[in-house]
Amino acid sequence: MRYVMVIDTLKCVGCSDCVVACQTENDVPFGYCRDWVTETVTGTYPHVEMELRSERCNHCENPPCVRTCPTGASHVAEGGIVVVTGNECIGCGACIESCPYDARYQHPEEGYVDKCTFCIHRVEKGLKPACVSVCPTRCMYFGDIHDPNSEVAKLLAERKYKVLAPEAGTKPRIYYLI
Amino acid sequence: MKEELFISGRHLEKIDPHLEIWEFPISLYLFLGGLAAGILIFSSIVVLLNKEDKFPSAARWTPILVPIAIVIGLLALIFDLSHKLYVWQLYTTIRIESPMSWGAWVLLIITPLSILWVFSYIRELFPRIDWKFSILYRFESFIKEHKKFLATLLIPLCIILGIYTGILLSAFNSRPLWNNAILGPLFLTSGLSTGAAAIILFSKSQYEKHLFSKIDILLIIIEIGLIIHMVMGYYAGSEAHINAISILMNGDFSFMFFVILMGLGLIVPLLLEVFELLGLKMSVILPALLVLIGGLVFRILMVEAGQLTRILY
Repeated sequence: MRYVMVIDTLKCVGCSDCVVACQTENDVPFGYCRDWVTETVTGTYPHVEMELRSERCNHCENPPCVRTCPTGASHVAEGGIVVVTGNECIGCGACIESCPYDARYQHPEEGYVDKCTFCIHRVEKGLKPACVSVCPTRCMYFGDIHDPNSEVAKLLAERKYKVLAPEAGTKPRIYYLI
Repeated sequence: MKEELFISGRHLEKIDPHLEIWEFPISLYLFLGGLAAGILIFSSIVVLLNKEDKFPSAARWTPILVPIAIVIGLLALIFDLSHKLYVWQLYTTIRIESPMSWGAWVLLIITPLSILWVFSYIRELFPRIDWKFSILYRFESFIKEHKKFLATLLIPLCIILGIYTGILLSAFNSRPLWNNAILGPLFLTSGLSTGAAAIILFSKSQYEKHLFSKIDILLIIIEIGLIIHMVMGYYAGSEAHINAISILMNGDFSFMFFVILMGLGLIVPLLLEVFELLGLKMSVILPALLVLIGGLVFRILMVEAGQLTRILY
């Protein structure tokens, strides 16, 4: 089993509901976030193109944060989800420095490093991650890429997609449909 | 034209627009680690060659700094952790892939060994010290007998410590300015050079000062060579690497790189030491101080500038 997320950049309107849903669901400290939306505009008027992306931890297949963690607090859990065990983390920041996506932060009150968990607590109950479940345009999909009948596997078989910074060698597992 | 902006979410004080998690304490720790490694390597070599009387500063006086430097460095490191009370978690596992993990283990071994090293001869320098317990006197003579064994152990451990201060940074491919294989040997060379400079500072013997000046000249030349090698490597690299090195070549850190590090930290002390050897009357203290300051500036430069570089997507 390998959980992945597929995000349709053509359907995303950049409303940031995913960000708010995550902050509410995961009690993210004020001013911090585990996911965020970027807007990229390329070209010169009138030939311009815009891409909206809801970004978060890429739950990489080759996660540099897990490699550089000195205590093993950052680890790969079932389904390939990259998570941090708070009481094993010393807050050294090595994982933050190693992440090309800047997806991690030091929790301002607790001190340990925190990040997107793919809402593992919801997934275990058979629910979808909070961001996916609230998306009003339904541009986000979550599922098992090893199951050929899953929505995500089908979308990736049919549509053109990209991942972020493939040259970093991290093998990211958030796919953006383009 | 390409324009990119965050439309929501990222208002993280410390993350946007850059991730600057590591600050001055980390630079200080890297500098003190390299300095400690440099001093102990020279001290061990002097002991192995039976030249303790010819080089009193290298063999006895300067190593007193080592345990102090390591303890200050470790305190700085712990100060920089955000989850400090859990620091013992470092010693619940050995993770070969994580340089920070094996660095923590190497320091756990070197710290007591460096204390033993000083303990074995401190009474020769300060005869009024009284250990009070006979067991401590017996322990002292035991270590004295096995001092060469300790020196043989310390040399490889200190080489690992010196290289580790560089590899700690170079293990992160998401920060292109750190991600180069030369940084380990470069920081080791810089550590040895600062170690030699510290020995010169604490030496009263003209012979010892001169010999360590010669060693320092060689080390500074190697260090300059390695830095040029590193810069050339970046220009031969990918776009991310070329962008990364431009922060030192013609960016925010150019002044610090060219004037303070290359100029005052390396070339000026190199010239002063060469002139001194040629017989001109010069202070040997000034170049030694410049080398030490240069060593610290180098760590600050790499830690601060490296965190501003990233892979663009």
